[in-house]
Amino acid sequence: MSELWKLTSGDLHERFTSGAASAVEIVESHLDRADQVEAKIDAILTLDRDHVLAQAKALDAKREKGEPLGMLAGIPIGIKDNICTEGIKTTAGSRILESFVPPYNAHVIDKILAADGIIFAKTNLDEFAMGSSCENSAFKVTKNPWDLTRVPGGSSGGSAAAVAAGIVPLALGTDTGGSIRQPASFCGLVGMKPTYGRVSRYGALAFASSLDQIGPISKDVAGSARLLSVIAGKDPNDGTSIDQEVPDYREALEEEMFGLTLGLPKEYMSDSLPSSIREAVDDVVLTLEALGTSVRAIDLPHTEYAVATYYVVANSEASSNLARYDGMHYGHRTKAPIKNLAESFSRTRSEGFGDEVKRRIMTGTHALSSGYYDAYYLKALKVRRKIREDFETAFEDVDAVIAPTSPVTAFKIGEKIDDPLSMYLTDILTVAVNLAGLPALSLPVGFSGEGLPIGLQIIGQPFEEELLLTLAQGYQVETDHHKKWPQIP
Amino acid sequence: MSQQYEPVIGLEVHLELHLPQKMFCSCPAEFGGEPNTQVCPVCLGLPGSLPVVNREGVLATIRAGLSLGCEIATFTKFDRKNYYYPDIPKGYQISQYDLPLCRKGSLTIDVNGKSKVVGITRVHLEEDTGKLAHVDDRNESWVDLNRAGIALVEIVTEPDMHSAEEAVAYLKELKAILSYLNISDCNMEEGSLRCEPNISVRPVGTSTLGTKTEIKNLNSFKVVLQSVQHEIHRQSAALSRGEEVAQETRLWDEAGQKTVAMRGKETAQDYRYFPEPDIPPLEISKEEIETARASLPTPPKERRKALVEKGIPDYNAEIIVRSQGYADYFEACLSTYNEPHKVSNLLIGGFLQELNQRGISEEDIPIPPEHTATYCRLSEEGGIGKAARKQVLAALFDTGKDPESLVKELGVSQVEDQDEIGKMVDQVIAENEAIASQVRGGKTSAIMALVGQTMKLSKGRANPQIVQEILKKKLEG
Ligand SMILES: [Zn+2]
Repeated sequence: MSELWKLTSGDLHERFTSGAASAVEIVESHLDRADQVEAKIDAILTLDRDHVLAQAKALDAKREKGEPLGMLAGIPIGIKDNICTEGIKTTAGSRILESFVPPYNAHVIDKILAADGIIFAKTNLDEFAMGSSCENSAFKVTKNPWDLTRVPGGSSGGSAAAVAAGIVPLALGTDTGGSIRQPASFCGLVGMKPTYGRVSRYGALAFASSLDQIGPISKDVAGSARLLSVIAGKDPNDGTSIDQEVPDYREALEEEMFGLTLGLPKEYMSDSLPSSIREAVDDVVLTLEALGTSVRAIDLPHTEYAVATYYVVANSEASSNLARYDGMHYGHRTKAPIKNLAESFSRTRSEGFGDEVKRRIMTGTHALSSGYYDAYYLKALKVRRKIREDFETAFEDVDAVIAPTSPVTAFKIGEKIDDPLSMYLTDILTVAVNLAGLPALSLPVGFSGEGLPIGLQIIGQPFEEELLLTLAQGYQVETDHHKKWPQIP
Repeated sequence: MSQQYEPVIGLEVHLELHLPQKMFCSCPAEFGGEPNTQVCPVCLGLPGSLPVVNREGVLATIRAGLSLGCEIATFTKFDRKNYYYPDIPKGYQISQYDLPLCRKGSLTIDVNGKSKVVGITRVHLEEDTGKLAHVDDRNESWVDLNRAGIALVEIVTEPDMHSAEEAVAYLKELKAILSYLNISDCNMEEGSLRCEPNISVRPVGTSTLGTKTEIKNLNSFKVVLQSVQHEIHRQSAALSRGEEVAQETRLWDEAGQKTVAMRGKETAQDYRYFPEPDIPPLEISKEEIETARASLPTPPKERRKALVEKGIPDYNAEIIVRSQGYADYFEACLSTYNEPHKVSNLLIGGFLQELNQRGISEEDIPIPPEHTATYCRLSEEGGIGKAARKQVLAALFDTGKDPESLVKELGVSQVEDQDEIGKMVDQVIAENEAIASQVRGGKTSAIMALVGQTMKLSKGRANPQIVQEILKKKLEG
């Protein structure tokens, strides 16, 4: 029983519902695991043991009474700290919300609770999800469990590190430009960014409204399928969520991939790609072909503009989305003596936001300013359409696209933090998916010479999450990268 | 000879929609309530909350646009207007920028007997802000967000008006049309209808527009008239002196009877409008537009015309059609007592006085129209003594009872009995022998004094015609 934390979410659920383990035993194992490793990993911002145990006891009582149990019963779940949890601090990794306690739950949290999931911890992130390394958190720098001198990726780095370290078997992240897939790939996990509109954004602190999606992070493909089945669906409180039937995504795991055609974009396989990643992709292609798929090279000609387009769109929206943090109604307000309203706003925000957030608010504000709007924001929208059309054209010939998730494996803490541009460029393989609103899943496909995980993403057409899960599961059945655990010293 | 200046005036009107719910959340959209009680994460702008369009607000705006002859967009969107102020909790206001729901309409007004067309540039939908309360002696400001997020329609005219009177005529006609739609209280004092005129002046005979100023927070027709007049005068005087008019927002200073520059807010704002990414673009179907069109009431102008054709004086018709409910009430009265002119006199006279004194809205009259019609008939045909009419009307409002029973209960029915009146006439002749002999002597006009005395004796209940006939019979033979 002592190693319950090593079980997958599916196995935990099975143990709990069959009576082989109580919810209290399960959470105690994960709490113990957190005690062992959290001090080294720094994945968590808020963990309330009493609250976790209370949820577990309530679940045990529910099972005792023979009441029906939900799909997530017995599973502790980590929640990225930009997703509102009623009564539990939600900071977005920012000083400006350091003590903000939401009076309401995000839609996905209500769904998880309704499915008997256990809200286990709030996880660290780059401030307001702006970053690719988790170094932009105002509170702590999360370490990669595979190498504590390296970043776990970002911005959902806390969620990924917590799953990789065995603190939770499942976690929620948000993906605006790769923030689920890149940390999943750096930490050797499965992470999925659903189709835009598949999961309600209500209660997720907006970074870039037209790009943000909430999605699952897990050890295995089945875990992501399970969590997605619970959180997906139309929400009347999110006008951009789409009314489309939600399947039980676990059924997709049983499907065959035989006969599918996959595209490998030339633009995503540049010569500068490290050989370890290139080789890992070659291996995946061989495995998938052996499973009956065919893989062919495709073109996504506007790929080179994706990063610039992404940063204009995302930062423009962010500059407006973050305007509400002005200290008037909630959150940090300056204690400095102020002479007028304008000074109160500017001091509050100067004190409350970190450098990266300020950088993005300023560039976004600039892009929307009169005289620059056409050249930046409007132009970016036009290129965004081109990028979407690239994918539409590709999908006329292939069923799904595969590509490395990141052009690099986990980099050293501090290596890129003073060079924003080189940091932005690590997003080159993930941002186009958000601009096009497509679903994509990253899964572990091997390790570099230094023992660092390598991830591959599978990109599908809108609402074809099932196809991605089928492919990923087919691959995972044949391989065991996802079964490995990091040795945390 | 001094230079003459021509004023050029455009109006921006904000109309708060009276829907059950706010525009982007399900909070009640009601006036009043303890501060910050009609709020939720969405209208508080809490982190993570999202707006969802209330389709009723869209439909109400389309109806407003249609009643102003506008084209309705079949594809439209919301935009964010970004600025910082404590009464907008998100740091932006959801509004419409380049694709308003309605555009290119017009409104015809009558000023001094002349018809004039005022162009409507656009009608769009946005959300209202919260309210600030300043506590001066404590140097504090408090925010009430009950109003934040209530649907607000903005109606913008072309700069087509050239006098304060035209501006007020436009505003009155607009208010009448809008109040017919039942989409707003249209109450200027309470702020559900707000008017911001923009004014510039230019030398007569020139066509270039001068620098304009905008006047905010005007809460009655009278203040609109006064402030626009003042502003025209102020700008003309400034230009005459060779000074320039500053582009600015001004306020009406009621005590000083003048416009004054608003403090702060001088710098030109860049609102950085961009499409609201939380709300998908809206498609409006042709069917929706036609359904809205079919639901439009007969506009006040046409009703007024129809009433005048029934023989009602212009003045009466004007007052009756000011509110759709009142015009409907009037029509309902006619089906019981079809005397349009007489009923209209009652409805603009004593009846309206009662409504006003009792603070009853013309849209919400508690008396069944049959009763009001019966009351009117009794008054006109002699069923109620003249002196008792006011008393019966008041009783009608107090009790809501049928006027015929009221007349009986109050004992104020008209006396028509020949014998009874004959006795009173005898008494009056006996008490006023001097006048009576004048009448007998041929001074027939003196008979009215005796009629008056008899009426007084009957406490107003005697039928004056019968009194006069009996007097004549008795004195003139
Ligand atoms: Zn609300």
